[in-house]
Amino acid sequence: MTVTEMAAHAARAEQEVLAALDRLAGDDRAVVVDSPPGAGKTTLVVRAAVTIAAAGEPVMVVAQTNEQVDDLVCRIAEAAPSLAVGRLSAADYVTSPRVGLAGALVATGLDDLRSCAVTVATAAKWALTRDGSWPWAIVDEAYQMRSDMLLRIAGRFERALFVGDPGQLDPFSVVETQRWTGLTWDPMVSAVEVLLRNNPSVQVLRLPVSWRLPATAAPVVAEAFYPFGGFSSGTGPGERSLSLRTRGLGARALDECVELAASAGWALYELPPRQTVRTDAEAVAACAALAARLLQRGCEAASEVSPGAPVTASRIAIGTAHRDQARAVRKALAGAGAPEVVADTANRLQGREFDVTIVLHPLSGRRDATAFHLESGRLCVLTSRHRHACIVVARAGIPELLDAHPAVEPVHLNVPAKFPDGWAANQAIMAHLADHKVRAS
Amino acid sequence: MSTMTALARALAVEQGVAQPIATVRHVHISDRPLVFVPLALAGEANAPLAAMVGDDRSDPHLLVVAQPRNRDQRFAFAAELARIFVLYLELFFGAEETVPVGRGGEQRTRYADAPQLLVPNQGGIEFVALLGRSTRFRRAEGEWAVDPAVPVLGQWLSWLAGRAENPASSMLLAMTGALARHWASGQSAVEDQNLAALAGWIDPPEGMTGQQAAAAAEDPLTWPPAGPATDPTFDNEVLARLIENAARAEGDERAERRALRALTEALRGQIEPAWRLVWKSADLLRALPPGEHVARRWDDDKDAFSLYAAYLREGGAPQPRRDSAVTAARRLAWLERETVRYAAQRAHDDPLVMAEQRLAGEAFAGQVIAAEPGRVVGSGRGRKLRPLITVATTDPVAIEEGTRLVSPSRPGQNAVLVSAAPAGEGLTEAVLELSGGMGYGLIAPTGTIPEVGEQVCFATLADDWQPHGELPLPEDTPWTHGGPPVPYQPADEDVTEAWS
Repeated sequence: MTVTEMAAHAARAEQEVLAALDRLAGDDRAVVVDSPPGAGKTTLVVRAAVTIAAAGEPVMVVAQTNEQVDDLVCRIAEAAPSLAVGRLSAADYVTSPRVGLAGALVATGLDDLRSCAVTVATAAKWALTRDGSWPWAIVDEAYQMRSDMLLRIAGRFERALFVGDPGQLDPFSVVETQRWTGLTWDPMVSAVEVLLRNNPSVQVLRLPVSWRLPATAAPVVAEAFYPFGGFSSGTGPGERSLSLRTRGLGARALDECVELAASAGWALYELPPRQTVRTDAEAVAACAALAARLLQRGCEAASEVSPGAPVTASRIAIGTAHRDQARAVRKALAGAGAPEVVADTANRLQGREFDVTIVLHPLSGRRDATAFHLESGRLCVLTSRHRHACIVVARAGIPELLDAHPAVEPVHLNVPAKFPDGWAANQAIMAHLADHKVRAS
Repeated sequence: MSTMTALARALAVEQGVAQPIATVRHVHISDRPLVFVPLALAGEANAPLAAMVGDDRSDPHLLVVAQPRNRDQRFAFAAELARIFVLYLELFFGAEETVPVGRGGEQRTRYADAPQLLVPNQGGIEFVALLGRSTRFRRAEGEWAVDPAVPVLGQWLSWLAGRAENPASSMLLAMTGALARHWASGQSAVEDQNLAALAGWIDPPEGMTGQQAAAAAEDPLTWPPAGPATDPTFDNEVLARLIENAARAEGDERAERRALRALTEALRGQIEPAWRLVWKSADLLRALPPGEHVARRWDDDKDAFSLYAAYLREGGAPQPRRDSAVTAARRLAWLERETVRYAAQRAHDDPLVMAEQRLAGEAFAGQVIAAEPGRVVGSGRGRKLRPLITVATTDPVAIEEGTRLVSPSRPGQNAVLVSAAPAGEGLTEAVLELSGGMGYGLIAPTGTIPEVGEQVCFATLADDWQPHGELPLPEDTPWTHGGPPVPYQPADEDVTEAWS
């Protein structure tokens, strides 16, 4: 399919969602939309909000972080300048300049936002407000919202659209208990899971086209993390390319790795096998060196948006599993003269997009494969942030480590099996990367 | 495992003795705990085989079930245990104390002390939970009547097991867990589940190293497992024969007595070492000075105990089998609050735990090198006192700017990290903006703000958990969570539920 055909395909899916919302009546009160990485989730939320508001019904929009709220406020205001958009915020929220520019009304209480057709706030803020009810709610990143949070706000709306990416990280709690495992209202699972288990008739739709992931990545990510609801890339093979404007000199393995990533979209930079502490100094240095090398080589990205734009430091991200690793990488980046390169954990990179990502593999240098490090959502986030190429940095021996640690999580009654299983997803990605290996010299 | 614990474990191996990872005690140890060492029959879900229980270490009660597969004998066991348990509880129903409610000068009363149940390991807590689950729905009248104390026991045990999920509570403690919070042994966390081995590392017998004591603890002849699971060799070679003898002797009173005596003595041999170990572990913990917040957390336990006792006196129904959506969410919020609070208090009470935070970059300690105590921000009526201090530290500061910090020495005061910049020679200079805990005026009273030269410590762990907002009433449970639940009514059928 060409880009235009893909666009038509995606537009049809979006129309289908809007039509499904239109059809909601009686006991059918919700529609869930699963969206793979970069499939236009935010666009859909904006369009749905504008469509409903334009029909005269007020909408509450629920996002998970303040940044997401700001983002949505701006996008909605941009899409429908005549619509009154309100941003409900906590007392200590400092209005971001872009929200001010967008002309949204910012207030800490609902009283000041009565006139707004669309009101946007974080789930936490919605839970703290006391009164008011809406005919419509749109919940963004619903797979990252915990079920107990939905319980706090579900009484506020009649009908709702839940949008989210099922492949990303599950919600988190500091408490470990199995007391509620298997209950349909388990407060520790995601809002969507509880909604679907208690309302099996809710329609689940899917966005079919990823506009972010290139043709080299979409099939790999779809197969590893979305085994049943595959998706395709919006751009065909060769429609996106990375080129390096200077020739490599002096650092053979780094150059080879960067060149492979530019041509194939993937590269595995393999360090010699070793069990290491979490902040493996060599792996951290390799991540920073690869980012610096990309910048030194004058990387340029050609895509359907622009025929050739330089890949600047802020378009490169380094993703890690742990915060201390991200911190170590940031320090190394400052030393390598590339402090603007983004380095953060998978949790923080969720929902963001870059041209090139460098991933410090969660299992690199580990002695064991724990549930945390095997979680498919983590690897999915890390390997699906890029528009052009993804470089994975890891110690050799991860497939063997996986083989030595088959998934041993207990199976519970009444708990639907989760796909993909983190172990299988990790194996699938490693199998793909085996063909794109560059050994560090 | 944090870097500190990893180091402590390595040191433990090198020095042959467990290393402290806490300078103070973080659990409450009662002067009169009830020690409970249960054994279960292998192959049957939570079938009690024997238990040693009591609040006097020199005078334990040994309860034995001669035929663990016999349901009647199980309830006889439960009734006997209930009798001892209720007698123990009654010790605490006497003395009361008054405490103020809020600032209005109102007062309320609560029991002056609360019971404490000590079990050897996590398996013991699970046994308590399951025993509570299988006895709390029983009835004292009607068909399948049991001793009236049995359902009461069930309610208390279920309640205690629920409380044990909260790390801040000390009402039901597994000794392995309590010891492991204070010492790092030279073995793995899984091996630490063996109380004899862990206690061997912490306090090895004369002339032995921790390794040797732990190795000796692996011999089931000298150190039978501390339950609830028994040693399989004992099961096969001793227990099976004795249970069979007891069954065969049925009808012959003298033979029956003899068989029961033999069984009792064999089980006593299995259970007594663990009984002594639990008391010894309690002594080891008691010898540590208590952390500052321990008494306050025990007060919470006393409050909870008083409330539940009052609830039961008013004929409160047993805990339902499952939490409803709202109950579950409320409980999760409570557990999260308590977990965060406990972590913060633990760090604030104990410099060694704080050192772990400092090593991870989540806290720092150093000297105040500059202060701007009179700094005022805002204008007009909005003028607020916001002093600035600069702290020089050698700790790696990995806290993001704008993060709220708290100092253990001034818990009522908030500090926001304005900036943290390296200042050469491994030093970091952190600028903090202070608010709160300085009175209401625009001049801070002396001592409320750290002065230049003072040693201070700031951490991200704070003892103030923000609620996530209100939950609906159970009858307003929304459609997303299955709608309002059917209110729980204890039904006669609950009684018929099989034990296992």
